[in-house]
Amino acid sequence: MSQSEIALPHSGVQGEPSPFAIVSKKLGMWLFIISDAVTFGAMLFSYGYVRNASTDWPHPFKFSPSIVNVMFMTFVLVTSSLTVLLGLRAANRGNKRSAVGWIGATVALGILFAALHVREWLSLIHEGVGMFHNPWGAPLFGASFFAITGLHLLHVVSGVLILTVVAIGYYRARYSTEDIEIWALYWHFVDLVWMFVVPFVYLLSVAK
Amino acid sequence: MNNSETQRNGIGVYFAVYVVILLIAALQIMLAYQHVDTSRTLLRMLSLAIVQAGLAVLFFMHMRSERRILAMTLIPVTIFVLLMMNMIWTDSFRILHSITGSG
Repeated sequence: MSQSEIALPHSGVQGEPSPFAIVSKKLGMWLFIISDAVTFGAMLFSYGYVRNASTDWPHPFKFSPSIVNVMFMTFVLVTSSLTVLLGLRAANRGNKRSAVGWIGATVALGILFAALHVREWLSLIHEGVGMFHNPWGAPLFGASFFAITGLHLLHVVSGVLILTVVAIGYYRARYSTEDIEIWALYWHFVDLVWMFVVPFVYLLSVAK
Repeated sequence: MNNSETQRNGIGVYFAVYVVILLIAALQIMLAYQHVDTSRTLLRMLSLAIVQAGLAVLFFMHMRSERRILAMTLIPVTIFVLLMMNMIWTDSFRILHSITGSG
């Protein structure tokens, strides 16, 4: 049986039912999430590699402002996971206005997170941290720090843009609840990655 | 997730998971300031991060209400790939020992 015979919607041709019982774009998002998880995993492993092989890894993160900032960023991102869930819940109930409102709140929290992240970066750059130099020790600290947090920030910014487009499209009946659900999955993944970035990158390098 | 899943999971469940994830994050910060050696702190942080991630996947991403075959297809292969990455440590320790002159 050819591929087109298996997956022609509304054609009357019945293919095998999906073993996962989910729509193909949701399966696509799960596969993307898995591949992205491995990408972040590889980056955190390479960070560990460089850090373990170094005798003078810096511990630059003071409780205030760095760790306090990170605590607030975590609160903002985890809260945004809750608001996107509430948006999905409202969409499932057919309450369009409420769904768009909650997704709008998620977008606002994502923007706040990105702003706090940039502030953290600027503070480190002001202290003399660059990609291949810093005032404290191992020169690769900056490269690994900016690479990991930068990739995460890129995911946050992408998520903010996509959720905005999906919310507007959903309000105009161009996108469905399914689309909100799929991009909510992505947003939760961004939150999940942060749960590993905080302990490995920040908390293991606190200034005591 | 079934369309009715978010209805079935009341806000209470989501809120409880949200609070637990934040409490674990607070616990990690407390652990970071204890005077324990780095390897032990790393193990504790990793364990707590896995619990946080597990809660997020099961409840926020609704993996617990999907067919088991989805989890069985996606999660073991991811864990396998991540475990295989551990082969880098021998080389990392080789560099460390060549710097310190030990081993």
